[in-house]
Amino acid sequence: MSEMTKIVKTTANILFPFTMIFGLYVIAHGHLTPGGGFQGGAIVVSGCALLLVAYGSSWVFDRIKDKRLAAFESLGAIGFITIAFLGLMFSAVFFGNFLAGSGSLFGTTPATGSTLADFNTGGVLPLMNFAVGVKVIAGLFVIVLVMAYASSTKEWG
Amino acid sequence: MTFLETLLAHSPALVIATPLLSAFLVPLVGRISPRIRDIFALVMLGVTGCFIGLLASDVLSHGSRVYVFGAKNLSVPLVRILFEVDSMGMFMAIITVMLAGIAVIYSWSFLQKQDGLDKYYTLLLLVTTSALGMELTGDIFNFFVFLEISCIASCALIAFWVEEGEALEAAFKYIVVSSIGALFVLFAIGLLYAQYNALNIATLAHLLQFSFLDKIILVLLLVSLGMKAGLAPMHMWIPDSYGRTPPSIVLLIMSATLASFYGILRVIFTMYGNVLTTPLRFSLPAHLIIGWILIALAIVSILIGVIMALIQTDLLRLIAYAAVAEIGYMFLAIGTSIAALGTTYATVALQGGVLHILNDAIDIGLLFLVAGAIYFVAKKRSLDDISGLARNMKYTTVFFIIGLLAVAGMPPLNGFTSKFLIYESVYQVNPILSIIALLGSILLLAVFIKVFYAAFLGPELPELKDVKEAPRSMLLAMGFLAALAVCIGLFPNIFLDALVKPAATALLDHAQYINMVVGGL
Repeated sequence: MSEMTKIVKTTANILFPFTMIFGLYVIAHGHLTPGGGFQGGAIVVSGCALLLVAYGSSWVFDRIKDKRLAAFESLGAIGFITIAFLGLMFSAVFFGNFLAGSGSLFGTTPATGSTLADFNTGGVLPLMNFAVGVKVIAGLFVIVLVMAYASSTKEWG
Repeated sequence: MTFLETLLAHSPALVIATPLLSAFLVPLVGRISPRIRDIFALVMLGVTGCFIGLLASDVLSHGSRVYVFGAKNLSVPLVRILFEVDSMGMFMAIITVMLAGIAVIYSWSFLQKQDGLDKYYTLLLLVTTSALGMELTGDIFNFFVFLEISCIASCALIAFWVEEGEALEAAFKYIVVSSIGALFVLFAIGLLYAQYNALNIATLAHLLQFSFLDKIILVLLLVSLGMKAGLAPMHMWIPDSYGRTPPSIVLLIMSATLASFYGILRVIFTMYGNVLTTPLRFSLPAHLIIGWILIALAIVSILIGVIMALIQTDLLRLIAYAAVAEIGYMFLAIGTSIAALGTTYATVALQGGVLHILNDAIDIGLLFLVAGAIYFVAKKRSLDDISGLARNMKYTTVFFIIGLLAVAGMPPLNGFTSKFLIYESVYQVNPILSIIALLGSILLLAVFIKVFYAAFLGPELPELKDVKEAPRSMLLAMGFLAALAVCIGLFPNIFLDALVKPAATALLDHAQYINMVVGGL
């Protein structure tokens, strides 16, 4: 993909931070609102795809190392399983929610009835959403990059 | 609770979690050094094997166990994911982890000069995870999830030699066939859930009424899992995908195939165990009809497999057709066992079929590894281009002789033990069936004698003059399988009593499987 006009670039510059924030919001609020790690990760990658379209693939290839993305993808998956193992260690149940109700990180018991959502709840669920989010961002971005790479080699013939 | 008891209590989860975790650790370890990564993959499979061994020794001595994910105990309603581990599942898990370990050892040398090995080991461990999951799970939807993982991971593995167009074609064929199969399974699970509000195999087996929908579900599950297992009319993906991938990958796809075969056993014997004797049309019981359909398909499998193998010139493809015939023998055994349900020879047939799962993995695996060694040194696939290899590859020749005799069911080797059990019990149902089965074996012998003569004997070709013996790790992998083939052939009773008979008993005793979950509430 080649680079596009200044109008597209400026629009992408304005939209990019909002897309990122929205994507990260969906990941972080996965245990409270619809969405979660996968959906939020897909939104973040759509922001990255926006950059790819606006600035062209060679600009992005200069700034992103695909090996590092692959490592992040593995880290996301490892984080997910590690949390499952931690559940085995701390609550004697594989995938056990050892943080729920503990009062510490994400450990508040949510109030019943019609209240505002409390972010500090959910136990290990938010952590698992983060892990899935990292994996999906890295994995999907690699896929988008590969597709951009394939189309750019076609252009150069 | 001591440390060992805690470990044992959680080993059903750890058996799945260890290869899964290491699958994602492999790319990171690979950044340190490729050598460490290769050893790491084997060590983690060894750890998985230790958990399986621990679990198997406990299951065989104290009976099956139920593992609940995310909670300490079972509770009503049964919405938890369960793992129900019995001796049949353990038997399959041992085969799976053994095949995966051998594949890793073999690929150390075989794939040394290829790139993309980080992903190869990741996918290898993922296929192992999925096969183990299918074998241990007690939840039909969970079974589907692992089936999907195995489809996608195997498809990527089949396309490993992607620069050859045929590998890509084989992978595409595989993903089409197995996704259709997996969708059938999903549809059947949807029908089950709509009817009984449960996804647990034991609960479903307890509730099953054998209504009209249940018959459709049975057909859907048999067809789709039969497709994945390579039963005759749906076997067309096997020669392509087995014939176009590195042999170490064939071992893994074979473990996924055998896990699908296990799925069929689980569906028929456990899920439909309660209703097998229900009379259907013309007051014939259901098990008779299902059994005879399976026997008919099995006979077709055997005949297609051996006859197509006779005319192949591509060595890997030829062995793939022999694998189809071997799958036919397994289906012949379970078909007989279902058709003659309740008699003593039904049990013998089932034991033969279960032992043949192990023997098929060993024999066909060994032949594929030998064919891979030939490809490795000679870089040729076709039998027309290779000749006189026995001069330089003496160990490989010996391993091939063991493999060919074993796959043809010759007496001192393992193929004989299971095939003899199958002939013996099939004869009781109908003598013609055992004649066809014997004929299949004889034709297989003819096929492989032809291969042996073409590849190992005969004149020495000038371009193959300075081929060397296969590298050490490949010899080790082949040697392990060959030793196992000889061991099972010489001491079949040890394996029969220790592993096969408990597995067959666990399959036939569906009431106990159901009781483990439903009775505990």
